[in-house]
Amino acid sequence: MALTTTSPRTAPPQPSVSRKVGVDKIDRKRQRWGWLFVGPFALVFLGFLIVPLAYAFWMSLQTSTLAAGTQFTWFANYGKAFTDPIFLEGLGRVGRFAIVMIPAQMLVALAAAMVLDNLTTVLSKFSRLMIFVPYAVPGVIGALMWGFLYSPRFGPGSDIFSLFGLDAPSFLSQDNIFGALVNIVTWQWSGYYMIIIYAALRGVDSSVYEAARLDGANSWQIALRVKLPMISSSMVMVLIFSLIGTLQFFTEPQVLRAVAQGAIPVSYTPNMYAYSLAFSYSQFNYASAISFSLGIVVFIGSYLFLFLTRKQNGLK
Amino acid sequence: MAILVPQSDEAVTRTTDRERRRKDQQRSGGRKIGSHIFLLILVIYFLTPLWWLIVASTKDTAGLFGGSGGPLWFDGEFHLFDNIVGLFTQQDGIYWRWLGNSFLYAFAGGIGATVLAVLAGYGFAKYRFRGRSAFFSLLLGSVMVPMTALVIPTFVLMSSLGIVNTMWAVILPSLLSPFGVYLMRVSTQDAVPDELLDAARVDGAGELRTFFQVALPLLRPAIVTVLLVSIVATWNNFFLPLAVLSDPNLLPVTVGLNNWQALSNAGAGGEQVWNLIVTGAFISIIPLIISFLALQKYWQGGLSLGALK
Repeated sequence: MALTTTSPRTAPPQPSVSRKVGVDKIDRKRQRWGWLFVGPFALVFLGFLIVPLAYAFWMSLQTSTLAAGTQFTWFANYGKAFTDPIFLEGLGRVGRFAIVMIPAQMLVALAAAMVLDNLTTVLSKFSRLMIFVPYAVPGVIGALMWGFLYSPRFGPGSDIFSLFGLDAPSFLSQDNIFGALVNIVTWQWSGYYMIIIYAALRGVDSSVYEAARLDGANSWQIALRVKLPMISSSMVMVLIFSLIGTLQFFTEPQVLRAVAQGAIPVSYTPNMYAYSLAFSYSQFNYASAISFSLGIVVFIGSYLFLFLTRKQNGLK
Repeated sequence: MAILVPQSDEAVTRTTDRERRRKDQQRSGGRKIGSHIFLLILVIYFLTPLWWLIVASTKDTAGLFGGSGGPLWFDGEFHLFDNIVGLFTQQDGIYWRWLGNSFLYAFAGGIGATVLAVLAGYGFAKYRFRGRSAFFSLLLGSVMVPMTALVIPTFVLMSSLGIVNTMWAVILPSLLSPFGVYLMRVSTQDAVPDELLDAARVDGAGELRTFFQVALPLLRPAIVTVLLVSIVATWNNFFLPLAVLSDPNLLPVTVGLNNWQALSNAGAGGEQVWNLIVTGAFISIIPLIISFLALQKYWQGGLSLGALK
């Protein structure tokens, strides 16, 4: 057990304060406990993050062929990846998904949170839970359910559209699959983002709204000019989450592939491409290069975003 | 959108305000109805697939294709119990094995990740050890590394260790939760005052006892949140088990049902088990939904903890 002491100087300084110069020996000994607490996590971090990343990088620098065995080819795989039309097409596709899907989810989440924040009725409490429920449904199950609902054989599509005298569109055709996937992800994640935004709205001191109303602001102005700026850091967080999630899009298209015959190729997203390269074609070196490239794109993208929004998110 | 509903504890007592508010409420009567209609539409949208799942799990395969009640209503027949029996007989009840595997992986991975996150978050928040800030920046950066980018190298590494296609291949990588550590650090800073820890030390408690008896009780809401989030993450994981498991007896329920769906779609005559897929999906989502509803007072505040300050 560590030593205890009554000296006031041994109080652990606030993390933001820079290290004091004259920390005494007893204190320094105690600070070593920090490593004991962090240690177990550090091992997992090393074993399942640092080492796999380093290993993926190492593998990606090699090329293995039947004729010549495994050779060290430096960045040849990256040259191949960033000129590979299949990879670039997948990257462009998840980029388009990001442009459509993220605003869709955030709009639903924000509108729901703003409305819920203004109400305290039983219905609003019930709605808050029900909008959140899809978060507890695994992505695979969500995609399976929507696959059934989209299906011309099982789904209610034709019944609903015939009410309006229309033919149901085939949701799973090549033209509509993009929208079909956007809908699944919006259904799955909007509730989770709504809870984050809602909690942030609850955290704002309501006297701010009171003041704005006394100044003559109407409820739309309060929502857009007062509430929105006050919760911008939560919005940034939600955006980062959904950006990271969208760029590694895998589960939903992979599950829908079986139902939507022909509309989703095996290389629909970069992650699906890497998966099929590794497990269908045993091209582990090239698959690593694809995974690593995707990781770099995600990392740079989200860092760039955090940098551009540093005013809003408060990370100076 | 409706105007803020005044809450009793914040009621301002100035008369001018009160009058103004009464007018506002009268005016907002219509808008409140609008808000409720908007909410109802959202609730219908978010519940329709789940409603469909409940209805569909009472049908047999013929009823799913063209039952008298249509896809969104019950038929005259009720096959839920037949379907559950079917889950016990199909491939010797492998479905229940999958469900058990999902529980095992989610609890082992989720509890393990939470324990590591609580310890590490406390270490980062309350000690100033050598290398702390470097490690923490590395950790923050790693939140942005897409976890799926790690699946393929992890698979190759684990296969050279010979643990691919065992339960460890799913559980061990699930222990990694940088975001959980971040959440625990933020909440430890918020919820555990240094003075309290010092007081415990002055009273003669060692570092471990201070942690267990003083800090842990204060961290309970944050722990429940991190636990729920990590259990959900492992329970929902698809890419990792899909990549590292091939033995059908080891699959979690997500991958198993996906396999059934792929088989049924391939249309092999005897393999059309649509009714079992639907009922299996329905049963598998019940436990998580119930735990979220039961634990709502913990996570509703906790999920927003990670907001950047």
